Amino acid sequence: MSLAEKYPKEVKQILAKYPPEHKRSAVMPLLYLAQREDGYITKEAMQDIADALEISVTDVGSVVGFYTLYHDKKEGKYRMQVCTDLPCALRGADQFMESLCSNLGIKVGETTADGLVTLEAVTCLAACDRAPMFQIQSGDGLKYYEDMNVDKTMELIEALRKAESNS
Amino acid sequence: MLMTHILLRHRDIPDINKLNVYKSNGGFEAFKKVVTKMKPGEVTDAVKASGLRGRGGAGFPTGVKWSFIDNKIWPHYVVANADESEPGTFKDREIMESNPFQFLEGVAIASYAVGANAAYVYLRGEFWQVAKFLDEKIAEMGEAGVLGENLFGTDYSLHIYTHLGAGAYICGEETAMLESIEGKRGTPRIRPPFPAVYGLYGKPTVVNNVETLTNLPMILANGADWYKNMGTPDSAGVKVFSLSGRVRKPGNYELPFGTTFRQLIYEHGGGVQEGRPVKAIMPAGASSSFIAADEKVLDTQMDYAAVRTLGADLGSASVIVIDDTVSMDWVINKTIHFFKHESCGKCTPCREGTYWMMHLIEDIRDGGHSTDNVDLLLNVAKQMQNKCLCPLGEFSTMAVVTGIERFAQDFTK
Ligand SMILES: Cc1cc2nc3c(=O)[nH]c(=O)nc-3n(C[C@H](O)[C@H](O)[C@H](O)COP(=O)(O)O)c2cc1C
Ligand code: SF4
Ligand code: FES
Repeated sequence: MSLAEKYPKEVKQILAKYPPEHKRSAVMPLLYLAQREDGYITKEAMQDIADALEISVTDVGSVVGFYTLYHDKKEGKYRMQVCTDLPCALRGADQFMESLCSNLGIKVGETTADGLVTLEAVTCLAACDRAPMFQIQSGDGLKYYEDMNVDKTMELIEALRKAESNS
Repeated sequence: MLMTHILLRHRDIPDINKLNVYKSNGGFEAFKKVVTKMKPGEVTDAVKASGLRGRGGAGFPTGVKWSFIDNKIWPHYVVANADESEPGTFKDREIMESNPFQFLEGVAIASYAVGANAAYVYLRGEFWQVAKFLDEKIAEMGEAGVLGENLFGTDYSLHIYTHLGAGAYICGEETAMLESIEGKRGTPRIRPPFPAVYGLYGKPTVVNNVETLTNLPMILANGADWYKNMGTPDSAGVKVFSLSGRVRKPGNYELPFGTTFRQLIYEHGGGVQEGRPVKAIMPAGASSSFIAADEKVLDTQMDYAAVRTLGADLGSASVIVIDDTVSMDWVINKTIHFFKHESCGKCTPCREGTYWMMHLIEDIRDGGHSTDNVDLLLNVAKQMQNKCLCPLGEFSTMAVVTGIERFAQDFTK
């Protein structure tokens, strides 16, 4: 099913933001939409977007490849993106990341065995005064978690895990 | 602090993110005044007279920038730069989350001044929730009749749209940002032509930072002289300083230009953790040169010109404080990794240079503090300077060069 069939209202709203002769501008918001359900963008979705915007699938693919928040592979349902950039690191972000790794039994870049969480290290998220912090990216968007510690984080992951097994 | 805020007004008026509260505190009156009583050129002149300089990093006079817009080519666009990705910067986010209408009114005033009927707010992809929130606020403004067609009974119309990036620091550079809105990879354009002539969709475009724009309603409401009376002769008005690193109370502090580093770090930031001394200051985030701190530095009044006398730039005033427990080889390892990750790869000196610097600093960090390695790193950084297509490449060298030159002892372990 094409994006326009699946999300008619959203697609219409997105296209209305840009001059009709520049509809290529809609590629980024449409990619987010394509990523909504499974957390990554399939080849078919890229082709669909290319057709809708009258650009080549290579153009769409190069946008996907350029920006870090688009994914073309399935990974954990939740991408936990911990900021380990300089200001956060001056406030203990590296140690926080290390303890998360050992608590989850995975390394940075890996996914928990149940496919729930992929742990990633990212650059500054504009929350440097509230380190340690991370964002969780899922198909549905992004959410910030600030002034965190390992216990609170493990509780959060537990809650996500419970919600998952109930759904 | 006794002074009331001009930008972070939510700290004085907590509900100012509600339309009726914003309105009852004078909201949208400046926009109404300019649309109904002033010519676009008069708005530009008022902003010129206020001395307002761009808060996105370069400090370019805002009114002067607007006057470059090409009036022979139409339509015109305004783009608000809400990419805020410089490590250590988190002020625009607070403004948009807590005082959104003042920011949006600023976008509207800038749009009227340059004759734009459409404006885009480009937010970094991580500001997903902020974008959703702004979309709601924009819709509320439409319902209240301060956005849309024939505003205040005139023939002026304006629409504001948000556009989300997707994780790329380089998109904060204005021409990369325009490419990104056009649906392309966010790589910088060769300039000239500048956006004022050839911007979004090839049309004259003004790009301004969120904080710059948020000043405008207050300047137009209270007058250029009122604004100019704050700050210093070089840098008028107030600035939101994002204070981070090894201080006790990191956060945003809105203060007049001319506030000293000491006041920011000690009076507002509560001093350094565990009472340690300040070793170095990065006044402009990861793109900064290091300032080696001493008494004279701490007593320097921060404005664009004064920070330059210390061999650094004020930039977006993202002040990262480093104490004497931290070694500079560790710090530049962080900054180099940042720039290596964020280099867009379009030009060779930056793409290859950041890659090479990364390998050298990893070697140095892992115990290879041989003078050869350090000299080579310094050499690579200096070789990159003045050769890169956009300032990112240059930024990546600032901490490296000043770290090695100003803190040599940290590289001779
Ligand atoms: C690599 C790079 C990153 C930048 N990032 C930002 C940013 O995140 N926010 C911003 O407002 N300006 C950023 N700038 C500056 C913009 O290019 C531009 O000068 C600014 O948005 C102009 O607005 P102003 O005149 O109001 O400061 C960046 C510049 C470069 C070279
Ligand atoms: S200097 Fe770096 S970021 Fe700028 S255009 Fe060249 S490769 Fe891209
Ligand atoms: S360095 Fe982590 S949010 Fe800025």
